[in-house]
Amino acid sequence: MALRAWLLERTPLASIEEAVAHKSVPRHRYSVFYFLGGMTLFFFCVQVVTGALLLLYYRPSATEAYESVGFIMTRVPFGWLVRSVHAWSANLMIGAAFAHLFSVIYVHAYRPPRELTWVSGLLVFFITFAFGFSGYLLPWNELAFFATRVGTNMAGVVPGIGDSIVHFMRGGKDVSGATLTRFFGVHVAILPAITTALLAMHLVLVQYHGMSVPPSEEARVKQTGKAGPSMPFAPHFVLRDLFGWTVALALLAALSAFMPWELGRKADAFAAAPAGIRPEWYFLWMFQALKYAPATVLGVSGEFLVLIPVNLGVVALILLPFLDRNTPRSRRVIKGLATLALIFMIAMTALALLEKAP
Amino acid sequence: MLASVAYPVLRFLSPPEVPEDTSLTVSAGKASSLLPNSGRLVPFSAEPAIVVRLAGGELRAFTAVCTHLSCTVQYRDDLQQIWCACHNGHYDLNGRNVSGPPPRPLTPYTVNVKDDEIVISRTT
Repeated sequence: MALRAWLLERTPLASIEEAVAHKSVPRHRYSVFYFLGGMTLFFFCVQVVTGALLLLYYRPSATEAYESVGFIMTRVPFGWLVRSVHAWSANLMIGAAFAHLFSVIYVHAYRPPRELTWVSGLLVFFITFAFGFSGYLLPWNELAFFATRVGTNMAGVVPGIGDSIVHFMRGGKDVSGATLTRFFGVHVAILPAITTALLAMHLVLVQYHGMSVPPSEEARVKQTGKAGPSMPFAPHFVLRDLFGWTVALALLAALSAFMPWELGRKADAFAAAPAGIRPEWYFLWMFQALKYAPATVLGVSGEFLVLIPVNLGVVALILLPFLDRNTPRSRRVIKGLATLALIFMIAMTALALLEKAP
Repeated sequence: MLASVAYPVLRFLSPPEVPEDTSLTVSAGKASSLLPNSGRLVPFSAEPAIVVRLAGGELRAFTAVCTHLSCTVQYRDDLQQIWCACHNGHYDLNGRNVSGPPPRPLTPYTVNVKDDEIVISRTT
């Protein structure tokens, strides 16, 4: 108690306690969506901890990266587990982030006054992909090498400045040790710094505005004239969140222990791309779309034709709160477009997974 | 003041040009060990090249960098074609892009054999 009194004198603990005591979370049939953001945050925390541990042994150079990951997996006690947890958690984090994003779209939680919450969250979502892309190269294996070559090469289709962007991303003309060092710096310093700032902003805004209630629930409350049911944030919601995190941890532990992440073969710049090569599951839909795209259409390259709608989709997503006129029709259109995008991504991913290597 | 900070940082981020190996010829191994209907990848300056011995015995060489998204191609003896595993691009044995997303043919190299040594060269 003496410590509490000491803290009360020196920190805004009393006002934080007051805010938490009065904070409540709405209860309705979509309440389960409220846990997806916390789940993503949980996996992010796992990434920070396991990433920091891997840094103690990882060596970011073309001659040592693969060997150092091999050393972590075979010689360092529980190194295989730490690396496996890091790799699996990255995938689960992206899965949770996807679910969080689509749930927010489906319940229109981006509506005013939550525009900044939406934009900050969306930027963190895109950065998560940058984390995945940069981290994928770090073990310096065959798959990572070609995935990076293809991924960076795609930036080359930007008219006028494409080659400069590719050169900048790779740290040279081709994917090399310079790319690895560059990606390492981005993965462990630049992206975490940006993410921390954006995530802090996102979480503060979530607390400031409270949980968004879907328009259908809002209409029901308006119709009945009675406030909808809610639950206290502490301990009811917190305990449910902790239960979800425990389940997530159990899933992560099971995947990491029973399906440890493989290292593959060391990257060789002069070897052929292996048959059956494909990127991580979250890039598969675009990878498959690139396969189907014709070489050129009316003089425009196929990859450019794939990337244009993707980039327009990204811009539309960022502007979503400003594009939604907050009418039932506008909401139906947005839900329909989101569903179409989801079906396209799932179908392309399924086609890529079903395709057999020759 | 902002520019005085930003300019050096941006210049620092931009990688310096490194002189490249611009050799015009390279040895591609023993001709006798390259069997008919097979291919071999060899480093040629900073990029890989592919040497193919056709079923009839003729040798041909091309850049091994796919013209689609720069993956390294390989020889498929079952198809008698050059193939890119990344996005399923196919080239015939003249280097022409014949199916899949590659937009351009592979650049051909000249092949000579001297004392059982394959030498491939590019034209300037």
